[in-house]
Formats: sequence, C-alpha cells, structure tokens
Amino acid sequence: MTLDTTEPLLVVDDLAVEFRTDEGVVKAVDGAAFTIDRGEIVGVVGESGSGKSVTAMSILGLVKSGRRVRGSIRFRGRDLGTLPAKELRAIRGAEIAMIFQDPMTALNPVVTIGRQIVEALRLHDKKMSKSAARDRAIELLALVGMPDAAARFRQYPHEFSGGMRQRAMIAMAIANGPSLLIADEPTTALDVTIQAQVLDLLKVAQQETQAATLLITHDLGVVAELADRVVVMYAGRVVEQGDVTTVFTTPRHPYTVGLLESLPRLDRDVDELHPIPGSPPSLLSPPPGCPFHPRCPLARDNCRTDRPELRVVGNGTAVHRTACHYAEELAAVPTEVTG
Amino acid sequence: MTAFVIRRILVNIVVFILIGIGVFLLVRAAPGDPVRMMIRPEDLQEGSEAFIQARREELGLNDPVLVQYGRWFLDAITGNLGDSFVNRQPVSGLLLERLGPTVLLMSTALAISLLIAIPLGTVAAVRRNTSVDYAAAALSLGVISVPSFFLGIVAIYIFSLQLGWLPSSGMSTPGGGGGTDVLQHLIMPAAILGLASAGPLTRYVRGSLIDELSADYVRTAEAKGAAPGRVVTRHALRNSLIPLITIIMINIPQMLAGAVVLEQVFAWPGMGQLAVRAVNAQDYPVIVGFALYVAALVLICNLLADLAYAAVDPRVKVT
Repeated sequence: MTLDTTEPLLVVDDLAVEFRTDEGVVKAVDGAAFTIDRGEIVGVVGESGSGKSVTAMSILGLVKSGRRVRGSIRFRGRDLGTLPAKELRAIRGAEIAMIFQDPMTALNPVVTIGRQIVEALRLHDKKMSKSAARDRAIELLALVGMPDAAARFRQYPHEFSGGMRQRAMIAMAIANGPSLLIADEPTTALDVTIQAQVLDLLKVAQQETQAATLLITHDLGVVAELADRVVVMYAGRVVEQGDVTTVFTTPRHPYTVGLLESLPRLDRDVDELHPIPGSPPSLLSPPPGCPFHPRCPLARDNCRTDRPELRVVGNGTAVHRTACHYAEELAAVPTEVTG
Repeated sequence: MTAFVIRRILVNIVVFILIGIGVFLLVRAAPGDPVRMMIRPEDLQEGSEAFIQARREELGLNDPVLVQYGRWFLDAITGNLGDSFVNRQPVSGLLLERLGPTVLLMSTALAISLLIAIPLGTVAAVRRNTSVDYAAAALSLGVISVPSFFLGIVAIYIFSLQLGWLPSSGMSTPGGGGGTDVLQHLIMPAAILGLASAGPLTRYVRGSLIDELSADYVRTAEAKGAAPGRVVTRHALRNSLIPLITIIMINIPQMLAGAVVLEQVFAWPGMGQLAVRAVNAQDYPVIVGFALYVAALVLICNLLADLAYAAVDPRVKVT
C-alpha cells in the first residue's frame, strides 16, 4: 500500500484481542477504534483491565499470549498485524518506540545503560560505528536531562534512581526519531515529585522529535496536562473520545462523568469523593448490551440488551464521540480538570 | 574484594579443621582394624595376635583417639598428612600425583556438560512445549536415570571392544603418550561424567531462561526491534545463567562422587581410585587425606562461585 497522506498516522480499527485462560476466553480488547494524527498527543484512559495496555502492546505486536481475533492496526497505511516479522522489527524502536511502565524492570540489569541505548541505535542503523553510536547515546542522555551523561553511560540500571531510569528509557525511545511514541503508564511507578519531571520530559521529547504520542494512563490529570485528545476505554471498548477540553468539560458518557467525579479537585471545595459504584465487569463474561450498564445511573432496559456504538455528539465543532444511548441526558460538568 | 577473599579463607580454615576432626573420628569409629585388613584370613595363625599388636603399637593405633588426633593435627598443619598404612608412602604425595588426573577429568566433564546443557536448555526454553523440548526432557531424564557406571560399561563395549576407536582404561598408553593419547583416554570417562550432570543442568537452564523470557526487559528489547535470537542470547540468556553458577558449584561434589565411580570403571589414575582402595584397606591416613582434599576443592569452588557472581552480575559487590 502506498503512503496515504489523508489517512491518520495510526488507525486502530475494531481491534479485538483475546486471551485463552483456564477459566475461559478473556476478551481484553473488544472492538477498540481510534486514530492518531501526526504530531498529536492522544491520551488513553481507563481503569485497570479496561484493555488500554493490551491495545498499546498490540500496536507493536508485543502481546505474547493474546490473540488478535478481529480488526486492524494501520500505521502509515500499512497493516501492522499482517507485516512479516522482519518488517515489523524494522518499525519497532525506529518509527514506533515504546516507553514502559516500570523502569525498574524494563531495563536489562546486567547491561550498562549506554550499551542499551547504543543497541537501540545500531539495530536500526547497521552502518553506524560504535563510537558514533556512543557519542549519540551520550547526547541523548544529556537531552533527557541526565547530569554527567558520559559517566552515566557506563553505569548499570541499578545505579540509577527510578526517575533517572525512566529518563534513560525515554532517551532510548527517542533515539531513532520515531514518528509515534507509545508511553504505557510512564509515570505510574514513580514518586509523585518525579512524575512531574518525567511528564515535562515527555513534552520535551515530543517537541524534540515531533512524534505523535499515545499516552496510556489511568491518571486524568496527566491527560489534561499533556494530551490533545482523549480516548476513554471501558471493558475493552472505547466509550468516549474527543478533544481533551470538550470531553472533560462536557463528558457525554456516564463512565467518563463517573471518572471525573471520583477525582479530587483543587478548584472546588469537595468534602467527599464520589467513586463509581460497583466494579469493572468480568472480561470472561462481559454483560450483554452496554458493558457499563450494571454501574450506570442512567441505565434502562435497552442498555441491557443493545450495545451502543460510538456516535458523534455535541455541537460538531470538534469531533466528539460517545457510546451511550442517553448521552444527551447528561448535564455538562463545569470547568476542566486540573493536572 | 581482597578483604572479602581473606575473610572467606579464614572462615574456610575453621570449616576445614572441623571437617578434619569429623572425618578423623569417623574412620576410627568404623568397625574393623587396618592391620588385620593387611593379613589374609588364611594366613592368620598362632603368634599373629602378637604381631598385630606390635604393628598397632607402631602405627599409634593403641593410643586414645584424641591423642592420635592431636599427633596427626600437629603434623598436618606442617603439611604432613602422615604415611599410608599400606605402602608407607606419604599421603600428600600419593594424593598430589592423583589430583591432576581427577581435576583434568572433572574440568573436562564440566566443560562438556555446559556445552550440552546451555544450548540444549536454551532451545528447550525457546521452543517450549514442542517436540524439541520434549526430546530434551527425555534425554535429561534418561541420563539422570541411567547410572554412569552402566553407561561406562556400555561405552567401553561399543567404542573399545566393538569399534576399537578408544582405549578402555588408564590415562595413557604405556610407552606411548603425548596429548592426543591422553585425550583419547579422556574422552569416554569425561563424556559420561559430563552427560550425567548435563541432565539436571539442562533442566535448570530451561527453567531459568523461561523465567527470564517473561521479564520486562525482554519486552523492551523486542520493542527496540531486536530479533528473537538476539533477544535470547544477548539479553535473557545472560541473566538466566547467573543463578546457574550456584547450581554448577553445588553440582561439583556430586560430580566428584561420580568421578570416583568412573575412575574405577575406566581405571583412571585419579584420587577416586586411590580413595576406594584406601577405604577397602581401612588406610586411615589416606581416607582422611582424601576427604580433606575433597573438602578443599569444594571450599575453593564455593569461593570461586562468589567471585564469579560479582564478575557477571553488576548488582553484586563482594565486600
């Protein structure tokens, strides 16, 4: 397929991923669909088990035991799911790079930080000399704010703090100037004070590389601060998507409303938080109809039987979609979330 | 690190002395009499008893055990482990000339077992639950289940008697010699000894590598675009071999026990052969000396294992 400039950079279309377990088939992702444009930051939010990480891993084919049963993931017009392994490897780490959740375990403990970055560089540029790769790696470490980068180059992961390791991960991810960065909960495993630094760094990395960024997180504040658009996932499906301001000020899915209401807010005097009642559905046997109906205050009879599809809502100035039969009944939630 | 080595050596000396006491007392607590063992029963006659008593007196066996130990210990710390009861030769000399062949046999066997276990375990882990994995498991179980003396006899039958490719016993051809000659004698016992320890080792490599293959850093390497072979050899395997150091070191005394048996089968002139003879003759000084050599070997291997850990795992510092 030739490069189609009208198509977004990444198109996830009706993706469904299943895991076979002893208890049965887990439908981790069940019809997820969204797009990412060039240079855009898209946040994917949802609870644990909403399928957001599996979706992210599926893009690079890193879901080991899972099986893609439906849908496609197209990157620059090419279906990543049907690419030969060798071509997919040429994309991994070069055009699409990943930043993982836990920098404590995501780096090889017996290889120096420098060599791990050099490997990323030389895997995709066979002609690059060792010394050139070394210089470039030190440059990258300096770019991500690593003090004394030349000395850090020779150190092992255990000699780094969590924040420093995540910086090294980011340096490794942007090493080959990717056009898409996938960050899977990049700040979840870090101290709160370090989280802000890493988020700032992600911004810097994004500006530096002009890479589109897929930011997987359960932290709405992170999305509000970084993302242009947000995709809300629930039980393996996209329940709402749109630009961040629109979705956060006028959410049109009761799950998104619930997420926003369960947040502590700095701009309002809140005496108590409002968690969403109930718990996420079992992915072994998801409820029929809308997966959110058992927890939904708006649920009616047809919610229990008819699965709502994503549809455009709002005034149409920005594309805002939701998968709720009664989206119009939701009152606007005033003011935006603070980060 | 020097401080670590010195401290470990000091601890090992204490362990070493305790092993010496233990073995010294145990061999003397065993029933039987070394002097009587030297005389064929049919040669026993009137007057033998007086001769036996005179010999026991001469060897110091009539003294209280603690006195015997004290005498032996004072000699031992000067490096003199006493003389063999049987041929009156110094024990240290007897053992030293046999140490070389045993170490040669064991190190070759160890190398063979690693050369089998690491590639086989790796393939079994990467292709787990396939026919390759099951074949590796069957092979491992096979060599664990078949005693090595039996394998030795079968190998002698096939390669020496039927095919005539390899010599069946000894370490070199009388009159002949040279490296290739020793190598030809070495192949069979070393291969069988190596095979025996390759069985469990393959399983450890497989298990350890499977654990590492599910580690996050392996996924990171894949996300970087590394090919599967590179992910296994450059990333997962290196990490999975670290715990193997312990397994190998634990395996060494067991391997020595296997060597004792195989040295008998192949008439390999090592310490094991000497030890078996000494036990049969209740040659106390040789048995104690042998036990101390083995203990020293094991203690040294343990120390080397700790140093090897520090060498391959940057997270480990010996202090």
